[in-house]
Amino acid sequence: MTDHHAGNEAYYVPHDSKLPVWLALGLIMFMYGFGSSLNANADGSDASTFLTWAGFGVIGVTLYVWFSTVIKENHAGLASAQLKRSYVWGMGWFIFSEVMFFAAFFGALYYVRNFAVPWLGGEGEKGMAGQYLWPSFSPEWATGTNPSEYRPGPAETMAAPALGSSWLSYLPFWNTAILLFSSFTIHWAHTGLKAGKRAMLTGWLAFTVLLGIIFLFLQVEEYIHAYEALGLTLESGIYGSTFFILTGFHGFHVTLGTFMLAMCLVRVLRGHFSPEDHFGFEACSWYWHFVDVVWMGLFIFVYIF
Amino acid sequence: MSAVIEAHHDDHDHGPAKGITRWLYTTNHKDIGSMYLWFSFIMFLVGGVMALVIRAELFQPGLQFVEPALFNQMTTNHGLIMVFGAIMPAFVGLANWMVPLMIGAPDMALPRMNNLSFWILPFAFGMLLSTLFMESGGPNFGWTFYAPLSTTYAPDSVTYFIFAVHLAGASSIMGAINIIATILNMRAPGMTLMKMPMFVWTWLITAYLLIAVMPVLAGAVTMMLFDIHFGTSFFDASGGGDPVLFQHVFWFFGHPEVYIMILPAFGIVSHIISTFSRKPLFGYDSMVYATSSIAFLSFIVWAHHMFTVGMPLAGELFFMYATMLIAVPTGVKVFNWVSTMWRGSMTFETPMLFALAFIFLFTIGGFSGLMLAIAPADFQYHDTYFVVAHFHYVLVSGALFSIFGAVYFWLPKWTGHMYNEGLGKLHFWLSFIGVNVAFFPMHFSGLAGMPRRIPDYALQFADFNAWSTVGAFVFGISQLLFLWILVQTIRAGQKATTEVWEGSEGLEWTVPSPAPYHTFAEPPKVA
Repeated sequence: MTDHHAGNEAYYVPHDSKLPVWLALGLIMFMYGFGSSLNANADGSDASTFLTWAGFGVIGVTLYVWFSTVIKENHAGLASAQLKRSYVWGMGWFIFSEVMFFAAFFGALYYVRNFAVPWLGGEGEKGMAGQYLWPSFSPEWATGTNPSEYRPGPAETMAAPALGSSWLSYLPFWNTAILLFSSFTIHWAHTGLKAGKRAMLTGWLAFTVLLGIIFLFLQVEEYIHAYEALGLTLESGIYGSTFFILTGFHGFHVTLGTFMLAMCLVRVLRGHFSPEDHFGFEACSWYWHFVDVVWMGLFIFVYIF
Repeated sequence: MSAVIEAHHDDHDHGPAKGITRWLYTTNHKDIGSMYLWFSFIMFLVGGVMALVIRAELFQPGLQFVEPALFNQMTTNHGLIMVFGAIMPAFVGLANWMVPLMIGAPDMALPRMNNLSFWILPFAFGMLLSTLFMESGGPNFGWTFYAPLSTTYAPDSVTYFIFAVHLAGASSIMGAINIIATILNMRAPGMTLMKMPMFVWTWLITAYLLIAVMPVLAGAVTMMLFDIHFGTSFFDASGGGDPVLFQHVFWFFGHPEVYIMILPAFGIVSHIISTFSRKPLFGYDSMVYATSSIAFLSFIVWAHHMFTVGMPLAGELFFMYATMLIAVPTGVKVFNWVSTMWRGSMTFETPMLFALAFIFLFTIGGFSGLMLAIAPADFQYHDTYFVVAHFHYVLVSGALFSIFGAVYFWLPKWTGHMYNEGLGKLHFWLSFIGVNVAFFPMHFSGLAGMPRRIPDYALQFADFNAWSTVGAFVFGISQLLFLWILVQTIRAGQKATTEVWEGSEGLEWTVPSPAPYHTFAEPPKVA
């Protein structure tokens, strides 16, 4: 640990800051407003909508100022090597917490497919439940029917086409290709940054942002198709529930990741980041690889199997 | 905490700002630690009042004071407030104050995020408590908020409850990330991992638990939100989901959560026992490994909370044996504490009394936990007052007693004053007697079959319940004495020395009392 000594001496402890308490205020405004909007129209939904957006605005402005401050501090040379390591640890464990968030939904998917749905269909050790409750329910995944006849299931699901048939018309296949490729493009942008090749950095980074936008566009297409043509909705039973919560939260994270990379692009165009010092970029690229890995899990467990 | 530092060449070395903005805008780990501790104390009193409402109602059979609907809200919010509002923030507050001091760091690794983690909490709990005054009433489905009680049959206010959990969870995750970054990145030169004070070790492991399971809790309440507002059927069998799925997800969070509330306590007790025995901690390495083992096991035992839901036999057996395995590393810890005291020159100041009571009473709670771990026996105990007795022994006379001990132990370092030892001991004995009178009879009423969370009960449980209520009021009211001792110590009192305690070991005892606003701007050397 002796080599950390020099860093320790210069560890930058920031002055008092108005940012945290503003962010906390923005968060509670947003959450309270959003909660009130969801909770129906009882008490003037206009006020809650306003509160939601006002909170969103406060969060946005505060985060903008916060990140600008950190960037300025770094440019002013206040951030020691040790402080930068704190950012690295922070981002790494933040991504791990995101992994665990998705793990909850993957775990739910695993449980319903291997336990809940078979049992409801009268199979397995606890199949008695289905035999008593809904004896006519047949438990096939991806399920088009629900145990209760009062809850209409989807006409079709997003399950992958049979082996041997063409995947070229299967949209999730293209989405997978796009995201996988974008992991390479962001890596090439990173390589360019480290080698001091700014054109390579700018080009591949811009291309990655474009791929992210195309992915999101196709995802919206898929949702419209699911809702309008397939009858596959949030309300259409457990298949729709798991499908939309997993792909939906993934899509939300892709949106965030695309936004982060777009911000990086803006910073690159303004001449930020050096071959030695670019953790802001690297953190965003880690995040991008993370959403890519989650998508691979999704493609395998939601679409194919 | 009025230490004024002379003007330094280093402009970071300023004293605290004046007025309310000091607390709103601070980035100082000591200020933030103090705010966490005061916040948790206020929540402790709020949750305590709810507990006394519950106990007052249960003093006699029949319905006396509150409607069953309000009773349900009291049990629910008492649990939520105590777990998420009192115990957890108290430990985070102690970590904020002590971890930088113990590892020789100038502050927490990410000081602004540190303040954000704190300030989310008053807002989140304000929102949670506001639901009690809403037309639908507050959450009434128990602190474990099982579906479908918390979804199909929940009051409207459940939406605010869900968002309060999201916010508190975000606060915990940021706090945990900060603590990990601090411990891994900011230790003074020479302080290798296996030289870290035990409190730092236990908090490091706790922070990993937090990062791993708070997002899972967020996932659980998110699925609830979707079931309630967007028509999904995660916890609804008619659409192919399963209410039991909720319990699996919840307890995958919930069991590590109970260790989040006890591992830092293990660290605190290790320090106190060693200091007042005037001996180094016995079996330091084995303590580290035992803590890690407990943390690992906490991930594979969750379904022992659900033995009666109708799991396959293989599940019952696996979770039963895995749970019993936890007794081994926990036993290692208890024996190490006892061995630390063996032939030590012990004295019995207030922190030591709380630590000793911790060992005895936590062990009782551990043993009742072993009884609950036996799946076939649990069919009798499940959802009875035996469970209530068990987790209050580990959380009140375990976690909370360790926090009391920690406050008395470090208060002279924080304030520069010694507390009143006589009043401290009085606080201990009142708490000790109150806790046991309140919770010991619950073992019997539970074994005899009294169900938890019900405002009325059969006549044969009357005596046990009367005793419990008397004990609860003794315990509750004696906490006002604690408040008085705190205020008195902060305002005046005998000057504390730098070492404070004879036999104190560690970097926190090398800085003056009260600890200056900024400490270890230059890292100390650790041999």
